[in-house]
Amino acid sequence: MTPRVSRRGLFGLAGAGAALAGAGVAAGYGLDAATSPGPSATVEFRGPHQAGIVTPAQDRLHFVALDLTSTDRGAVRDLLQRWTIAAERMTSGRETAEGGAIPANANAAPADTGEALGLPAASLSLTFGVGPSLFTRLGLDDRRPAPLADLPRFQGDRLDPARSGGDLCLQACADDPQVAVHAVRNLVRDGFGVTEVRWSQLGFGRTSSTSTGQATPRNLFGFKDGTNNLKAEEPELLDEHVWVGDEGPDWLRGGSYLVARRIRMHIETWDRSSLDEQQLIVGRDKGEGAPLTGTAEFDPADLAAIGPGGPVIPADAHIRLASAEANGGVRMLRRGYNFVDGSDGRGHLDAGLFFVAFVRDPQRQFVPMQRALARHDAMSEYLEHTGSALFAVPPGLTGPDEFWGAGLLGR
Amino acid sequence: MSTAPRTAAGLASLAAAAVLAGCTSTAPPADSAGPITVNATDTACEVSAGTAPAGNITFAITNTGSKVTEFYLYGVGDRIMGEVENIGPGLSRDLIVEVPDGGGYTTACKPGMSGDGIRAPFTVTGNAQRATDTDAELAAATAGYTRYVSSQVEALVPKTGEFVDAVKAGDVERAKALFPVSRTYWERIEPVAESFGDIDPKIDGREDDERDPGVGFTGYHRLEKDLWVTGLQPDSPAVADQLMTDINDLAARTKTVELTPVQLANGAKELLDEVATGKITGEEDRYSHTDLWDFQANVEGSQAAVAALRPVIDRKDPALGPQLDERFQAVDQLLQGYRDGDGYVLYTQLTPDDVKKMTAAIDALSEPVSKVAGTVTA
Repeated sequence: MTPRVSRRGLFGLAGAGAALAGAGVAAGYGLDAATSPGPSATVEFRGPHQAGIVTPAQDRLHFVALDLTSTDRGAVRDLLQRWTIAAERMTSGRETAEGGAIPANANAAPADTGEALGLPAASLSLTFGVGPSLFTRLGLDDRRPAPLADLPRFQGDRLDPARSGGDLCLQACADDPQVAVHAVRNLVRDGFGVTEVRWSQLGFGRTSSTSTGQATPRNLFGFKDGTNNLKAEEPELLDEHVWVGDEGPDWLRGGSYLVARRIRMHIETWDRSSLDEQQLIVGRDKGEGAPLTGTAEFDPADLAAIGPGGPVIPADAHIRLASAEANGGVRMLRRGYNFVDGSDGRGHLDAGLFFVAFVRDPQRQFVPMQRALARHDAMSEYLEHTGSALFAVPPGLTGPDEFWGAGLLGR
Repeated sequence: MSTAPRTAAGLASLAAAAVLAGCTSTAPPADSAGPITVNATDTACEVSAGTAPAGNITFAITNTGSKVTEFYLYGVGDRIMGEVENIGPGLSRDLIVEVPDGGGYTTACKPGMSGDGIRAPFTVTGNAQRATDTDAELAAATAGYTRYVSSQVEALVPKTGEFVDAVKAGDVERAKALFPVSRTYWERIEPVAESFGDIDPKIDGREDDERDPGVGFTGYHRLEKDLWVTGLQPDSPAVADQLMTDINDLAARTKTVELTPVQLANGAKELLDEVATGKITGEEDRYSHTDLWDFQANVEGSQAAVAALRPVIDRKDPALGPQLDERFQAVDQLLQGYRDGDGYVLYTQLTPDDVKKMTAAIDALSEPVSKVAGTVTA
C-alpha cells in the first residue's frame, strides 16, 4: 500500500496517534468531557473487536439495514471485500477511492460522492453485522448460531416490517452527521446489484456513555440515560456480557450481537406529566440522574428501600425492571441514539430512541429483560416499539488482508 | 463508411438492387449471394440461411402472420446490428446490415413487437476489413445508434398517425389500445427527443408543468387524460393534429442530430433515470397507468445505446460488458413477469413489493451503466 494523502488535509494518518483503539481510551479526557475527542480524531478500523461497540459513543449515527438482492455467495463476498476497503479508507478520513470525488476524466461519474471532501475523519467508525435471514438466503442455515433467531413479539409491539429485520447491517457513527451519512451512502451505492436498503435510521445525541471519560447524556424524555451502562474500562464485564466466547462459532468469537429497536416516544403526553410522575416512572431524579434512593448520579440504586408509600423505587419503575438485579445479573452495552424523523402527519413529532445494545447472547440477555419491561414498565404507556432487528457482529479484523464476513463466507 | 478496399465490393451494388426489388419479391433466391429471405409468422421466424460471409448482408423479410412484426440481427450482448420495425401483416421489408466481423450472431422476429422474439443463431464467416482505432470505433458506435434512432422515428411517425386518427375518429377503445404502443417508440429515444428542448414539453408535457402564459397542455398526456378521465373534448382533434405536427417536426430534426459517444452513454443513463423517477413511481402515465410499456421502452433504448458502444466498452473494460448483460437481463426477466397479452399489467395492479423489486433491479443496472461514459472516454 502506498501512503495516500488524506481527503481531509493531514488528519487521516497523522491523527492515528490520537486514535482511540477499540478497547482503549485516550488519556486526558476528563469526566466532564461530554463529547468524544474532537472532530479530527480517527478511530482505528482494525483490532480484536470491531470499532463502534466500546468506542466512546460518537454524537451521530447513520444505521442502515440491507437485504441481499443476489444469492450468489461470490458476489456477496466480493462486495464485502470492496466495502471493507472503502470503510477502512473512510474511517481514516480518505475518499472511498484515490481521487474518487473529482476524477481526472470529467466524463466519468465520480466514484466518491464528495460531500465529505474537506471534512476531518470525525471519529467515524463502521460496524458490520449479519442478520438471521442472510443464512437462509445464502443457503448457510447450518452456520447460523442459535442465538441469532428472530426476536419474539413483545407485548405492545407495533412493529413495521419495513423498519425491521435485514440480511446485513452497517452502523456508521461519527461526530459529524455528514461524515456518517457519506459513509453509508457510498457503501449503499457500491452494493447496488447485490444489496438494497431495507431501512435506515439517523440518530443524534448519543443516549449512552460507553466510557468513563464521557458524561452521561440525556434522552428525549429529558433524563440521563445509560448511567449504569457497561464501560470500555471494564474488560472483565465486557468479556462476560458483550463478547461472544467459546460458545460461539469460530467466525463469531470475539464478536457480539447487536439488538436494534426503534422506539417511538410519545413526547407530547410525556411532557404533560408532572415531574413527580416522570421521576417515579424512571426511578431517578431528573436533575442529577440520581436514583430515588440517592443524591448523586452514580450512587447505587437501593431497590430494597421502603418508604411511607411502599418501595422508594416503585415496582414498575424503569430502572428496577431493567436492572441487573431484576434480570439475574444480566447486563448489556447500550449504544442508542435519539431521533426525530420529521413529523407524523397528525400534528406530532415522530421522535424517540433508536435503541442499540451489544450483548453476548440476545436470547438470554435482551429477551427476558424486554419481556419484563413490555409487561410491567410504567414507561410503556409513553413508548411504542416500531422497528426491531437482530444482527451477529463478527469480531474485528486483525490481519491486513482480512475483510468483513470472510470468516463466515470464506476467503 | 471507410474507403478501404473490400473483399466483397460487389455486395453493395447487389444490396442496392435488392432494396429496389424488395417491396414485392418473396421468392427465395437461387443465388447464395442474394438476399436471405425471412418468413415471419405469428409463431415462427423462418430464415432461409443460417450463415453469411462478413460484409453487407441483406435480409428480405415478409410478414405472413396476422400481427405486426419486427426483425433484428443481434450481436454479442444483444447489440443491434440492424433492425426493421413495424412490418404490418402481408408486407415485405428489406434489411441491409453491415457486419464486418465473423462470429456468432442472432436473428429474431418479434410478432406483436414485444418480448425477446423468436430467435435463431446466425453465423458470419470471415472478416471484412475494419478499423480498430478508438476514433473509428466510436464513430461506428454513434453511426449505429443514429441508425437505431432513425428506425424508431420511422415507426413512431406511422404509429402516432394511427393513434391520432383513432382520436379524431372518436374511436376511444382503439385510441386507448394504440396510446402505449405509439409511446414505445417515443420512450426508446426520449433523450434524443429531449435534446430539442422546445418539442419535448409539447409532446410529453404533464398537466401540472409550468408553462408560459397562453401555452396550453398538449401532447400525449393531454390526450391520455381525455381518453381515460374526462372523455374526448371538443378540442381533442386539434390537440391530436398538433401532436402529429410535433412528431413530424421531431422526425425531421432527428435526421440532422449528431451525437457524441458521451451523449450516447449519458443518454443510456438518463433513460434509466426516467424509469426510476417517472415509471416506477407511476407518475408518467397517471391516467392510463400504462407505465410499464414506457418502462420497457426506456430500458430497450438504454440497452441500444450501450450496445452501440459495446466494442469500445469491451476493449477498455472487459468486465463491464458481461455485467451490463447480466443486469439488463435481470430487468428484462423481471418485466416479463408483468406481461399481460401483448402488453403489460397496469401500474395500479402493482404491489409495493413489486415496485421495490423494480427499484432494486434498476439501481443494480444503473450503476454499471453510469460507468459507460467514463469507460469509453478513458
